[in-house]
Amino acid sequence: MIKQKPSAKSTLIAFLYLSPMLIIIGTFYLYPIVMSFAMSFYTKYNFYTNKVSEVGLSNFVTIWTDPDFIEALKNTIIFVVGVVPLSVIIALVIAILLNKINFAAGFFKTVYFLPFVTSTVAISLIWQWIYNSQYGLLDAFLGIFGIKPIDWLNDPHWAMTALIIMTIWQGLGFNIILFLAGLSNIDKRYEQVAQIDGANTWQRFRYITIPLLSPMTFLVSVTSIISGFKVFDQIFVLFGGNPGPGKSTLTLVFYLYEKFYTEWKYGIAAAAGVVLFTLTLIITVIQVWYSKRHVHYV
Amino acid sequence: MTKKSISKILLYFILTLGGIIMIVPFLWMIVTALKTGSETAKIPPTLIPQNPQWGNFIKAWNAAPFLRYFLNSTFVMIVTTIGQIITTILGAFAFARLEFYGKKTIFILCMATMMVPSEMLIIPNFVTLSKLGMINTYAALIVPWLASFFAVFTLRQTFMTIPDELYYAAKIDGTSDWYFLWRIIVPLSKSTIVALATLEMIGSWNSFMWPMIATNSDKMRTLPVGLSAFTTDAGTQYQLLMAASTIIVIPMIVIYVFLQKYIIAGVTRSGLKG
Repeated sequence: MIKQKPSAKSTLIAFLYLSPMLIIIGTFYLYPIVMSFAMSFYTKYNFYTNKVSEVGLSNFVTIWTDPDFIEALKNTIIFVVGVVPLSVIIALVIAILLNKINFAAGFFKTVYFLPFVTSTVAISLIWQWIYNSQYGLLDAFLGIFGIKPIDWLNDPHWAMTALIIMTIWQGLGFNIILFLAGLSNIDKRYEQVAQIDGANTWQRFRYITIPLLSPMTFLVSVTSIISGFKVFDQIFVLFGGNPGPGKSTLTLVFYLYEKFYTEWKYGIAAAAGVVLFTLTLIITVIQVWYSKRHVHYV
Repeated sequence: MTKKSISKILLYFILTLGGIIMIVPFLWMIVTALKTGSETAKIPPTLIPQNPQWGNFIKAWNAAPFLRYFLNSTFVMIVTTIGQIITTILGAFAFARLEFYGKKTIFILCMATMMVPSEMLIIPNFVTLSKLGMINTYAALIVPWLASFFAVFTLRQTFMTIPDELYYAAKIDGTSDWYFLWRIIVPLSKSTIVALATLEMIGSWNSFMWPMIATNSDKMRTLPVGLSAFTTDAGTQYQLLMAASTIIVIPMIVIYVFLQKYIIAGVTRSGLKG
């Protein structure tokens, strides 16, 4: 591209194009990023007068000594560990199978992807009904195999499992689409050559598909981890506005929501937000570091 | 039977089994929506409604101001999508084509917004909108979503694939930047624009946390927020809850079936942003 030097006039014109976007991004993304860090240090803040009369680190001390926050952090990690590996493996397997068929492939893609376009509120209500301990479909189905009814949503031992199952079901289509995109980028000739050399299906899968797909596998995992950190809507609806029985599905964003919206403790909520940001940042840094060193790019 | 056809059968068997697991919750929603209250409480559950209650949809629709929620959701979705596409086209053009001071700095600052979890920004945004007196108005539901840097970034990538020669040829012909953008670049980038618009439509229609926080009256609720509030009134009348869920799910499924190609292209891009 032939570079022209910017001038005062060209800058002015460019800002006319940019301004609608910049005003919104500035007001609702950039400014609040700075503000949420600032607010996490507000220890005495009057919302109505917008006066900050004290700043300090006490919000961070408060959350680290709050058993609820520790519980939320723990639950968020359990949730991510429960969802991500299973979701990635199932999506990978289904994408590879879908890639092998021609007949009805489009139909299957449509079906697997359906939950992605569906409102999480509606999905959570449907699952709330499926998980119902008296009239639910799931317990009725398990009953065929002689399994005693499980009170999925009211038993603290099962609530997290129920949430994880639903989340995997919901996110599968998104991950499958990404894997299919990754698979379509793999040159078919690699497999053909391996086949001529006598590699069987498993060997071709293990030594060709998996390594060549590793950038996508990594990307899908990172995306799933980050969205797992932010889980909220499902919990809110599935457990009727509560963080599950005995707070067993209290997560980081739910904690933030409770502090902010029901208790009006803005500083503490902002501090929880900073922790969420830090977790995301760690994953992003690992992603950048890892993809520079390990991922096999074709 | 050959080994190959056995593995084909196994393949379709697994995919069908998976497909059934994906579709059953949706079917169960519709089946339940057609049952009577007493039939929903049958043990074991009946798989086909004995006497389909089509009236449940009307009952659910009238049990809460769903018409209002529906219109709110539709209005917010249309305005947000159109607005976001306009700001995106203008911004992407500036980043792809124009030279200006501070370009790199602004670009990097905006990139940084993409990795910040939006849940964290809810608190300061709520404060900002309260100060502007915009809480519980359409503005609160629309204005923060009128720009998305992810969209700008994606469209910029598409704009940059359009050859420079086209631009210089247009310049020599005396075409203005403005005309060039709307008459040449935009039509050439149609598929990316439709993909972004579709993703925004789905996102807007289904968004829950922000509309819940930014509104406090029944009149301003969107469908997901209204549906969530309806659970308190409906209690255990799952036939009505499922009928209401069907009403909110159907429009997006229709959009999805028609624009599937664009949605999948858009999702692939959104995933690739990393």
